[in-house]
Amino acid sequence: MKKRFPGGIHPKEGPGGKAVTSACPIEVLPPPARVVIPMSQHIGAPCSPTVKVGDKVKIGQVIGEKTGFVSASIHASVSGTVKSISPCIVANGTTVPSVCIDNDFKDEWIELAPPPEDTPLSELCNMAGLVGLGGATFPTAVKVVPPKGTVIDTVILNGAECEPYLSADHRLMLERPQDVLGGLRLIMASLSAKSAYIGIEMNKPDAIGKLTELTKDDSNITIVPLPVNYPQGGEKQLIYAVTKRTVPAGALPSAVGCLVCNVGTSAALYKVKTTGQPVIDRVTTIAGRVARPGNYLVRIGTQIADLIEAAGGILPEAKQLIYGGPMMGMAINRTDIPVTKGCSGITIVAFDAMEEHESPCIRCGRCASVCPMLLMPTLIDHAARKRNFTEAERLGAMNCIECGSCTYVCPAKRSLTQSCRISKRMITAARKKGGK
Amino acid sequence: MQKQFTVSTSPHLRDSATTSSIMLEVCLALLPAGIMGILFFGFGALLVIAACVLTCVIAEYLWEKHTHKPITIKDGSAILTGLLLAYNLPPTAPIWLCIVGSAIAIIIVKQFFGGLGQNFLNPALAARAILMVSWAGIMTTFIKPEFMGFLGGGADAVSVATPLALGQSPANYSLWQLIIGDIPGTIGETSKLALLLGGVYLMWRRIIDWRTPVCFIATAFVLFLISTGKLWDAASNQSAIYQILSGGLFLGAFFMATDYVTSPITKTGKIIMGVGCGALLFVIRSYSSYVEGCSFAILLMNVITPLIDRFTPAHPFGEVKRHE
Repeated sequence: MKKRFPGGIHPKEGPGGKAVTSACPIEVLPPPARVVIPMSQHIGAPCSPTVKVGDKVKIGQVIGEKTGFVSASIHASVSGTVKSISPCIVANGTTVPSVCIDNDFKDEWIELAPPPEDTPLSELCNMAGLVGLGGATFPTAVKVVPPKGTVIDTVILNGAECEPYLSADHRLMLERPQDVLGGLRLIMASLSAKSAYIGIEMNKPDAIGKLTELTKDDSNITIVPLPVNYPQGGEKQLIYAVTKRTVPAGALPSAVGCLVCNVGTSAALYKVKTTGQPVIDRVTTIAGRVARPGNYLVRIGTQIADLIEAAGGILPEAKQLIYGGPMMGMAINRTDIPVTKGCSGITIVAFDAMEEHESPCIRCGRCASVCPMLLMPTLIDHAARKRNFTEAERLGAMNCIECGSCTYVCPAKRSLTQSCRISKRMITAARKKGGK
Repeated sequence: MQKQFTVSTSPHLRDSATTSSIMLEVCLALLPAGIMGILFFGFGALLVIAACVLTCVIAEYLWEKHTHKPITIKDGSAILTGLLLAYNLPPTAPIWLCIVGSAIAIIIVKQFFGGLGQNFLNPALAARAILMVSWAGIMTTFIKPEFMGFLGGGADAVSVATPLALGQSPANYSLWQLIIGDIPGTIGETSKLALLLGGVYLMWRRIIDWRTPVCFIATAFVLFLISTGKLWDAASNQSAIYQILSGGLFLGAFFMATDYVTSPITKTGKIIMGVGCGALLFVIRSYSSYVEGCSFAILLMNVITPLIDRFTPAHPFGEVKRHE
């Protein structure tokens, strides 16, 4: 079976990329003196704080309660005193009410106990405040309950980690493979899924080897080595590469009987099942132009400045500070932004996309040939620039997964992905207005 | 003060390929054919190439200066247009003709329609077509090739008929001559080996798609095979192999029909482009008063490119058929 989705690119990394970081064992970053924990770290309704300024909190204590069905509660990541509850700037540039906790360095935990054996999976996810740790941050409790009438027969763990520079998932698979597999077995049992796959890009042969070894007696778990092709970790791309099933446009993976979950999410799920520990930390890569790139186990709410300091500081040639990987991450210009549940890495590059001026489209078609969703990005770009979003919709702009491949290859250096993003927002707004 | 970082939208990585690097690679791929042209036709050919390239670049600069537009001569597209036009001219073309042709290509065909990316006709081919109907005599006078003839010195150029113009008379040219380029013709069209080398390089580098050139040549081959009934005939030019190795077919298939701006974007579109060019070339060569139809075949397909694009839309991954 050819494990390849259509399109895709092979982005070139600069110094301090995967080649360096994937060999760095996960180090525990000492808890910082202060954490800033935003009350919205997931897709869906923000949490409402359950603590007041001056309250003493312990690690693992709920400080933000979920307020809707699509939401995930938030826990204290250090013990200490709530210093303030005020709006703070997060990676995407918006301000979110955040709980600041001054660490008392006593490292006091709430009483942890494994939940009862018969706790349903969604309840486990709710207890842990679990969201998609790959970066999508969709509440896992919602995901593991398939829509009525659909049957999930296949669970796919996403260990592709196709984003350049990042190696957090890679190290996690190497160092905590039993957690990853444990979480997977929990999901399979809960959904009565017949088969499971772990898709891993072939540039991580050690992880593939280790997991293959550990699952050799499991006839229903298959480790799938995948070609190194960005965006291999895209949900629809991964499902297609592993099962040859095509998720219909606008539909969820459950439409083809699949559930896709990041390896980090799976490991976190196993942790809550066995110890009752909620999500209070995560593995984050710091890569690129820093003195010592590496992987760290970081408490949620740690400000990026602390992480940078641990990595030995930013090198002078750095031009962009990116929250996430260079393809889909967000450029930021301040270091007081906290690491949240979805932060798989911090990348610092010496490249500045704004220095390259765009020139007219020469219709070379490269964008179309790399688009994993088989769109025509340049035509959507033309339509968006003319503010003709009806045309952009006709061209399938809503299918865009914003992977950035088109902008990456464009020889005329046009911001095609951005045009698609704008089109998606405008089409969504128009649909809402139209009452659809 | 804290270090300032640039904030921009993702992705924050870019491929190293630029418009100018692509243009220059196409120029590089054209180099072998040009060298063969100079070796067979002498310094006259070099002069024509130099005149066309220079005039194209200067014309682009002057026009953009005059209209207060950003100067884009660095993108290399004018150099490429100059090269392609020169390759489509006979080696004996006078310098004034080169200058007129280049100015037409850049100013009328390209800049009048908005510059790079906006022209609907291939500038070099459109200019050639205009020169062809305006100065048919000069444009169809070809000299006998003489390998490294310029070293012998002095021998007057002899006017001869091209392989296609020989008609039903016995062919004078062997298969080897057709392949290596030891035949009369325009500067860049004669050496099929050099053109193939450049074409394969561009396909290997993924600068051009294989569909258009392969479909172009294959369609012409099949149609000529059906109409002549012969694969190869040493006694006349009426055979499939002879026809596809003559005239501008290879130059057109690899370097002109694949021009980004004036050809379809989709894969299906590229196949239609190739098949259409091959079929039109066959029709023009077989049934019109022109012996060679490559330029007009491509130009006609250029004109319907927007239509092809319109009728070969992309199908998004997982597209759901809409029932309306």
